[in-house]
Amino acid sequence: MATTSTGVAYRRVYVWQLPVRFYHWLNALCVAVLIVTGYLIGNPLAISYSTEAYQQYWFGTVRFVHFVAAFIFFFNFMVRIYWGFVGNQYARWENFIPFRKAQWREILEVLKVDVLQAKIKGLISIGHNALAGVTYFLSFLAFLFQSLTGFALYSSMSDSFFPRLFAWIVPLMGGDFAVRQWHHLFLWFFVVFIIVHMYLVFYHDYIEGRGTTSSMVGGWKFEREDVFREQ
Amino acid sequence: MPDCNATIWQTMQAKGYTRREFLRFCSFAAGLAGIEATGLARVVHAFEKKPRPAVVWLHFQECTCCSESFIRSSHPLVADIVLDKLSLDYTETLQAAAGHQAEKCLHDTITNYAGQYILLVEGSVPMKDDGVYCMIGGRAAEDILLECAKEAAAVIAWGSCASNGCIQGAKPNPTNATPIHKIISKPVINVPGCPPIADVMTGVVTHLLVYGRAPALDGQGRPREFYGRRVHDTCYRRPYYDAGLFVERWDDEKARKGYCLYKMGCRGPVTYNACSVTRWNNGVSYPIQSGHGCIGCSENGFWDNGPFYRHLASFPGFGIESTADTIGTVVGVAAAAGVTAHAIVTNIRKRQLISEHMEESVTDRKAKGGER
Repeated sequence: MATTSTGVAYRRVYVWQLPVRFYHWLNALCVAVLIVTGYLIGNPLAISYSTEAYQQYWFGTVRFVHFVAAFIFFFNFMVRIYWGFVGNQYARWENFIPFRKAQWREILEVLKVDVLQAKIKGLISIGHNALAGVTYFLSFLAFLFQSLTGFALYSSMSDSFFPRLFAWIVPLMGGDFAVRQWHHLFLWFFVVFIIVHMYLVFYHDYIEGRGTTSSMVGGWKFEREDVFREQ
Repeated sequence: MPDCNATIWQTMQAKGYTRREFLRFCSFAAGLAGIEATGLARVVHAFEKKPRPAVVWLHFQECTCCSESFIRSSHPLVADIVLDKLSLDYTETLQAAAGHQAEKCLHDTITNYAGQYILLVEGSVPMKDDGVYCMIGGRAAEDILLECAKEAAAVIAWGSCASNGCIQGAKPNPTNATPIHKIISKPVINVPGCPPIADVMTGVVTHLLVYGRAPALDGQGRPREFYGRRVHDTCYRRPYYDAGLFVERWDDEKARKGYCLYKMGCRGPVTYNACSVTRWNNGVSYPIQSGHGCIGCSENGFWDNGPFYRHLASFPGFGIESTADTIGTVVGVAAAAGVTAHAIVTNIRKRQLISEHMEESVTDRKAKGGER
């Protein structure tokens, strides 16, 4: 426990359990691969070969990587949902849906801190702050949408049981074209999410000094000693 | 009015066809309908024993390209199937009767063959302003459709207009053109396409004749045997797609080499039809083979999915040049600019906080040196 001369002491809190961290980084890897390959599938590079077409398969490979990453992404996401019911208090599903008044209060508080850059008055939760939680919930909906539309597009290329489960989405959305259009548009949600998410992590780490960034590697965050005394 | 109680075999005999010619016709028809070789006996039996069904062919908001396509059916010969094998009792384009005579013909067919006739509908039905945009013999299209559909044994929607509204139903859809499956409560076999392939049309009718029931349909009510596969998966240019060799511009070197038209907006990957299998005009060619991408004419709302020469559709309200990618790029750049600005403002507005942090840090180091 480090004590400063001004009397502020911090304690370590184990916030992110191993499955949460593992999910986070595997998800990050999958999303990065899916964005790059997905964009390439929509806008393939103009490559010229002097060889015959049958000796090339790069576009097929890009699509293969996209599909494999998509399967990993989806099941990793399912594991995270499961962990939302069995994980520690910071991993639980209640963090993502603002049912309680306190969560709404914190959303407003964080909005003030993030957007208006006001001083932090109360205390921002050590786990996901309420605004981050609800944002992740919305992003989970985007994950779900992207998985549903992705597997729906994939279903016409596959006879296997799992993708066929999603075939009903195509007529529901009015055909493959519409499904592909929406699937492609949501690619940009992920791009924007990454930009904002990474920035806000750095921002909160910078102004709070609680180790937000490194916590997703080691699992530890820091909380002021007086918080524990009040409890 | 032709005699609908005679079978196809009887009609053919009366015209002097031999048994051999009849069997050849049966195998053509079986092949078209995608019936396996062992099912040939069934086809022969149906054409021998079942009376020819009466057919009513209605025309609403359409361009008659479906009829034009149908009469160009390659096998069995047009004259055979349209004018002899089926008894087309009412079809504005081909019938001899006109005026009151024609209306009487329609009336007689649906009363005399109630529950037996096949109803073919070409064109969409305008539902706006009491249907004034399509009136035949003083009656609104919807009215005629409902009357004819009531006692029909089967209803087929010919072409994209009847199946999904096609060009009349495109935004802003001024007449509220409506596909027929949204109007009548009976199951409808959708045979979309602008126009549908002639051989597909005859294939669907043959299936009805042979089995006496509708073929297996997909989620959009289209017969699976013809609309079960993507144009893309059956396209002869597919290897170029997997190899990543694409036409970049019309008439470039790659276009001459016959590379994949994916980047030119080809809708093959999102279109279900038999074009690359049966092809058109007696199997001569189909759009992609002729160097033009598929425009996805057998898919829902294909007119609104433009421009045809772009991989992605334009976004309404953002101008014709904007696709999902333009919007995404703008939003992405805006987000990046936003966080950069935010970071700069943070360092200005939070100076005090940051200097407090710095102080804590400095005193901590001093404390270590001094006390320990």
